[in-house]
Amino acid sequence: MSVATPAVLENEADAAASVSAVAPKGILRTIVTSKRGASALVYLVLIFLACELAGVLTSGGPNVQNLLAVNQGPSIHHLLGTDELGRDLLTRILYGGRSSLVGIAEALGALLIISIPLGVIAGYVGGLTDRIITRGADLVMSIPVIIILLAVLAIFGHSMTTAMIAFGVLGSAGVTRVVRSAALAARSEAFIDAAKVIGVRRTDIIFRHVLPQCRGVIVVQAALFAAIALGVQTGLTFLSLGPAPPAPTWGGMVADAVSQFYVAPWQLVPSGVVIALTVIAFGVLGDVVRDAIADSHSAGVAGGRHRVRRRPDSPRAGAAPEGALLAATGLSVAVGADSAQTFLIKEVSLHVGFGEALGIVGESGSGKSITMKAIAGLLPAGVAVTEGAVWFEGTELTTGGADAYRSVRGRGVSIVTQEPMRALDPSYRVGRLLADLVRSLDGCTRAQARECAIELLGRVQILDPEDVAQRYPHEISGGMAQRVAIAMALAGKPRLLIADEPTTALDVTVQAEILDLLRRLQQDTGMALILVSHDLGVVSEICDRVCVMYAGEVVEVAQASELFDQPMHPYTRALMSANPGSWQGGQLSTIPGMVPSPQDWPVGCHFAPRCGYATDACVREPIILRQVTATDQARCVRAEVLSAELSRTPTEVRQ
Amino acid sequence: MSEPLLSVEGLVVDYQLPRGQLRRALDDVSFNVLAGQTVGLVGESGSGKSTIARAIVGLAPITAGTVTLGGGAAAAPRQSVQMVFQDPYSSLDPTKTIGYSVAEPLRVHHGRELGAQEVRARTEQMLESVGIQASAAKLYPAQFSGGQRQRIAIARALIVKPKLVICDEALSALDLSVQAQIINLLVQLRETHGISYLFISHDLSVVEMLCDEVVVLYRGRIAETGPARAVSNRPRHPYTRGLVAAVPEIDPVARAASRATRERLRKPVAPAPPLEDSCQYRHRCVFATEQCEQSRPALRLTDGPTLVACHRYEEVARDLDEKAESEIPAMTPQS
Ligand SMILES: Nc1ncnc2c1ncn2[C@@H]1O[C@H](COP(=O)(O)OP(=O)(O)O)[C@@H](O)[C@H]1O
Ligand code: SF4
Ligand code: SF4
Ligand SMILES: [Mg+2]
Repeated sequence: MSVATPAVLENEADAAASVSAVAPKGILRTIVTSKRGASALVYLVLIFLACELAGVLTSGGPNVQNLLAVNQGPSIHHLLGTDELGRDLLTRILYGGRSSLVGIAEALGALLIISIPLGVIAGYVGGLTDRIITRGADLVMSIPVIIILLAVLAIFGHSMTTAMIAFGVLGSAGVTRVVRSAALAARSEAFIDAAKVIGVRRTDIIFRHVLPQCRGVIVVQAALFAAIALGVQTGLTFLSLGPAPPAPTWGGMVADAVSQFYVAPWQLVPSGVVIALTVIAFGVLGDVVRDAIADSHSAGVAGGRHRVRRRPDSPRAGAAPEGALLAATGLSVAVGADSAQTFLIKEVSLHVGFGEALGIVGESGSGKSITMKAIAGLLPAGVAVTEGAVWFEGTELTTGGADAYRSVRGRGVSIVTQEPMRALDPSYRVGRLLADLVRSLDGCTRAQARECAIELLGRVQILDPEDVAQRYPHEISGGMAQRVAIAMALAGKPRLLIADEPTTALDVTVQAEILDLLRRLQQDTGMALILVSHDLGVVSEICDRVCVMYAGEVVEVAQASELFDQPMHPYTRALMSANPGSWQGGQLSTIPGMVPSPQDWPVGCHFAPRCGYATDACVREPIILRQVTATDQARCVRAEVLSAELSRTPTEVRQ
Repeated sequence: MSEPLLSVEGLVVDYQLPRGQLRRALDDVSFNVLAGQTVGLVGESGSGKSTIARAIVGLAPITAGTVTLGGGAAAAPRQSVQMVFQDPYSSLDPTKTIGYSVAEPLRVHHGRELGAQEVRARTEQMLESVGIQASAAKLYPAQFSGGQRQRIAIARALIVKPKLVICDEALSALDLSVQAQIINLLVQLRETHGISYLFISHDLSVVEMLCDEVVVLYRGRIAETGPARAVSNRPRHPYTRGLVAAVPEIDPVARAASRATRERLRKPVAPAPPLEDSCQYRHRCVFATEQCEQSRPALRLTDGPTLVACHRYEEVARDLDEKAESEIPAMTPQS
């Protein structure tokens, strides 16, 4: 698995929501690359081959008796011993396995032939068809399986094939429902709409786009069902409801062994172990695929199993900077094990004063969110601070472990993210969510907490807080949800609010309202604010000071007015002219290429590959962040020259 | 003037809600797209922009009105109208290579006459023209960034040489810097392929840049329409005013002016009343009067080249412009 890059980290969260299936070759690869899955698969393949090749692997048939060697343990002649008639157990297991495997195949075949088409049709077509199919499935699911099986066996004269097919048919009801849900989820994906618009025929949409989305769940269901089918098959043969006696069956062997238990307890081992292992192997296969699907849903971070450690010799970066509420000094964050560590941000230093509003700007993948998560102690598993320090009111947080963060989170530092809905538990009403939070922070009574919750909703300018408090998160709009999320962040009366792209998912009108709200809250309460955005315009609406990040580094820090008036770093300048708001006709100027992934950071200036002004001096060695003017720091060797030159070309900057 | 490429006349769309209720998503919407023209649809989410797009391509039920394709698009509607969706993460099938996805429309419409070789060649050529290496055709969507995926989605829309491409919030999920790249790509493709766009966005500043004409929607009705520059430089409808003032400004003077306008237009958020035969904006409008409650304003010609559906747009203009005239820099007169 490759190392996660910030671009991946930030985008993956969005992507995860929509990628509902394991990628194509994914299922087999998922199984093979997991130790558990691979072992299970190898075992099943071996068993299958051994049973198929029983005639070659063993001499004599399964029913050859040797009354001179009854009830023996394992020996050179009989690797697994013999039974009470002196028949070789290994031979009988292999021949018996054939009927078991055939039985599973029959049951599975019946199951899949029925459940896949019905499930996909019900889920994809919906409406009346769906209702009829699901009702039918419910009906079938309520039928007692074992009674039906016994009846079938009685009617069809102990035909195991009929019994297993019947079992598959009965089991298909449950699987149909599962497949239906998968198809239903796939139906609402945008790429299905895209296929319709293109003019792809309905049947093709089902086969090419819907079915592959369901592949994962189908494999899981099939594997788990195979395990159950084997159990049922064994049970029936154990009760001698299957093929008549001399014919070898696994269940029959268990029955024989049980009858000889006091004489030759060993006999129970071979058949028992094989049955158990086979059931487990099917179960494991199902589990592995299911886990993979679950992982693809959660914003999984690559490298999660590694422990990233702070370097023993890493500088702890001195003492807390004077007069700052929060400061990060020389903060580096990395992913991956020691040997293969990749930095996601490198030596980031920034600070926020009491009551100050700091903006952090940069494209996706520049490390803004990782920096914020590091500051708030919310880095995902496998990603950790390796160097530097975070100071909050003079206390260092990164070395204090989870406790240090816990003591400041909520009360000291609160965070609001791009996806407010994620912060709201869908199963509780908004008012309850807020009240619970207030109680956990204040330990006040239920009634007080409720009052407090209503007041908080009022503070984020919700006109009818009583009404909104009664609603569930899914019943409110995105803009309203962001207000509620802000209210939750305010509950602990934090001295610093971190807002990470709080308006990126919102309409411009709602964005303006939320920004106005944040500005007002910040002014009224005197709390400090860090506002993260890819949009310079958004940041300029609120912030006193702006910090521009690119590819894991701070590239410019200055007072907002000066930064926008005279940007010193070419990246800042490029961001400004790519802003549609600064368009003045003609082609919109863009920044060519993309933010490089951390493994691809250049040695010299990270921006050099995209910078129109790069020279040799830019690529030789790492560039440092330095004081360029009295109030402006920039990480560019040519800052002064360029800024003087470029401010003469009026098209670059908005006048 | 030639026959319009797309003509939407009196379009009404009702969605069926669970308990037999109906929600009117579009209420009597009319506009045209001429050949080679780019028309913008602007409005907040839920205003019906996507519904218009979906009605055009047959994904939404049409209750009343007509959608007519003309100018050569009528012969093969499925091929002539293509769409680029908002979410670059879910609009490409994650289980298919991008080569497959981009080639799919070609296979659907020309699978018979074109051999596999030709399909592959055209796919690679199309990918190159949107700035994706041809060798990337065998990769899966998960291996691309949002901006790259949107380029791929554009390649898929253009491969069958459509006459009209509908971009439904195709930029909204992207960084500004990536938006700029895609905007330039769309402009360049418009010139090389001679296509028309129906460009849907909630952001007027992007629409102004890309579009000839703009239609501003609010709650399924047209609030204002006209040449894009005229609408965004001199908005008449109070809602459009708010939209313009909502665009974040780097320039301090413009920012102060926008903020002042926003203050002037601010009204506590109230739940939306039923549409009825009244102005659909009345609950949010600081200028609303009795008249706005009692009759639905018709779209009417203003003193400029735009049409606006507001009973009081003259008074609104007087009220807002008196204060703002001095503050809003360089308002270009409509051409
Ligand atoms: N499938 C649907 N069922 C019911 N209501 C819908 C459906 N799709 C959209 N709507 C409603 O129709 C209105 C217009 O939605 P939409 O066209 O998606 O707006 P926009 O694209 O401007 O965000 C909204 O009120 C929305 O809630
Ligand atoms: S250091 Fe060189 S490459 Fe980097 S931003 Fe400055 S001029 Fe461009
Ligand atoms: S018609 Fe009345 S309520 Fe509607 S926008 Fe005009 S003034 Fe406002
Ligand atoms: Mg939409």
